[in-house]
Amino acid sequence: MQYGIFTVSDVTTDPTTGRTPDDTERVRNILTIAKHADEAGLDVFATGEHHNPPFVASSPTTMLGYLAGVTKNITLSTATTLITTNDPVRIAEEYAMLQVISDGRMDLMLGRGNTGPVYPWFGQDIRQGINLAIENYALVRRLWTEDVVDWQGKFRTPLQGFTSTPRPLDGVPPFVWHGSIRSPEIAEQAAYYGDGFLHNNIFWPMEHTKQMVAFYRQRFEHYGHGRADQAIVGLGGQVFVRKDSQKAWDEFRPYFDNAPVYGHGPSMEDFTRETPLTVGSPQQVIDRYAAFREDVGDYQRQLFLVDHAGLPLKTVLEQIDILAEDIVPVLRAEADKHRPEGVPSNPPTHADLVAKAQAAGEATGLHVVGEDRWTGRRAEDDADETAEAATR
Amino acid sequence: MTTTPTAGATLDVVNRPDDLSIRRSIVNQPEPASTVGPRHVVLVSAGLSQPSSTRLLGDRLAEATVAALAEQGVDATVETVELRDHAHAIMDAMLTGFASGDLAQVIEDVTGADALVLVTPLFTTTYSGLFKSFVDILDKDSLVGMPVLLGATGGTPRHSLALEYGLRPLFTYLRADVVTTSVFAATDDWAEAGGSAGTLPERVRRAGGELARTVASRAPRAQASGSAEPFSGTPSFEDLLGGLAG
Repeated sequence: MQYGIFTVSDVTTDPTTGRTPDDTERVRNILTIAKHADEAGLDVFATGEHHNPPFVASSPTTMLGYLAGVTKNITLSTATTLITTNDPVRIAEEYAMLQVISDGRMDLMLGRGNTGPVYPWFGQDIRQGINLAIENYALVRRLWTEDVVDWQGKFRTPLQGFTSTPRPLDGVPPFVWHGSIRSPEIAEQAAYYGDGFLHNNIFWPMEHTKQMVAFYRQRFEHYGHGRADQAIVGLGGQVFVRKDSQKAWDEFRPYFDNAPVYGHGPSMEDFTRETPLTVGSPQQVIDRYAAFREDVGDYQRQLFLVDHAGLPLKTVLEQIDILAEDIVPVLRAEADKHRPEGVPSNPPTHADLVAKAQAAGEATGLHVVGEDRWTGRRAEDDADETAEAATR
Repeated sequence: MTTTPTAGATLDVVNRPDDLSIRRSIVNQPEPASTVGPRHVVLVSAGLSQPSSTRLLGDRLAEATVAALAEQGVDATVETVELRDHAHAIMDAMLTGFASGDLAQVIEDVTGADALVLVTPLFTTTYSGLFKSFVDILDKDSLVGMPVLLGATGGTPRHSLALEYGLRPLFTYLRADVVTTSVFAATDDWAEAGGSAGTLPERVRRAGGELARTVASRAPRAQASGSAEPFSGTPSFEDLLGGLAG
């Protein structure tokens, strides 16, 4: 089970001090937060993608490429990459580049975005949101799995004899999740490909999340990728934790009351009851989040939003420490205890995907590997030699 | 359909004589309504005061509907929703994008009803903000085909057409099936003698009759909808991708 954090990269005034960081400070803070999460031992750091203030995360692979160089173990991901308004060719290229740079320590989560004007700004029609997600991803997959692509679709210039480079690491594309809150079509898409499904439920009641995940699981099984309980599910989450529950409530309340999205709306009491937002002691977070498996089944990735609403950097880093030291180990043990036989504990890593592709390749002989057309060498040859060298 | 059977048959004779036998057989069928179960009418009142003349109008309209249904041998129950009780939750739903607690149940009841009686006070020439906010948080497809009777209250009869230029277009947009007569009650209307043409009791009776006829011509929702799986209408991936091919 993976536990990590995700940022929406909002630049928000700290309501307790009136101070607002500038874009540069916020970007650097996000880098510090990601490095700290790696050092603390969290499993995932994911960044959103936005193209309008007050958000600064416009270029996810630039940020994640840097982080790949300065972190050691953490999986780098996105929450989410805009599959609708980015050119699918650029997605295929940029994330293959990130995959190579990070040595496979990444995956990506695709979403349609929640900001209407982004569509026209990038020359797209919001009414085609679902269709863009379907067609663009189908092209991304072809660009990753086929060396030379002839393609024609509805939304993008046709391609003749196009090769996306770098070819995916070891000939195996990155693992992909599809995120959607309201659209079952996206759950259907994730199920069809056997990809992961992310329900970022931080602002939603669990009853809704439960239905969407159940639908994805049922369709995953329908398309023959395994049992419904073996489908790869991720959830969003939001916490504010102090050892003393009352201190957590007092400290977080001004941030809650003024937060983007839900500020000046429901009370913190109502919102913590209705959504996964949990404010309190580590044990309260553990009790709440350990029970989510009862609603959505045993799942593989739990992300927490900890750095929004103007919370100061120091506080965010403390939240990461509390998560890593007092909460995640207990949640992980709980998850391991209940998980049935045959249900994956984690989403597939790059090594898992390579092993799976090799097994499938041996079985069918059809596996397309990343062969270098100039030297005739394959990445696997290198891998074999490296393995031999290691055993000598 | 507000055309009477006689008028319809006459039209057929004049314009489409070939259809006459078919139309007659439809006319002669027993009312489909009387063969199936009770109907559930939900009254939504945006009245704010206690007691509220808006609620009073809504009660009258609901009673008239139930009475007219009873004349056709159809049982009906009435559930009343006072939006004031959910005012904070409605605003929270606008801000967060989801309805919580009791309001989620109210929305389910309203969108799952056999008919709606919707009444609002008129504030500064049209429906109240609370009334519109409630409509705004409903899924835009959730009232398609819903039989709806509209009512409004105001201080003077000078605002009576607000029902026609304000409320009716709103529910036309939502593709609800709004009955022809909507009922406006000004303060003075409550002092009129009943019985004579054009008075409030007469308008209420006529509107209730229209809603009852619409409701009685359909099967009850509780039976018709069955237990649909959530997302059962989602197209398969082949259909999603196939729609883009070529």
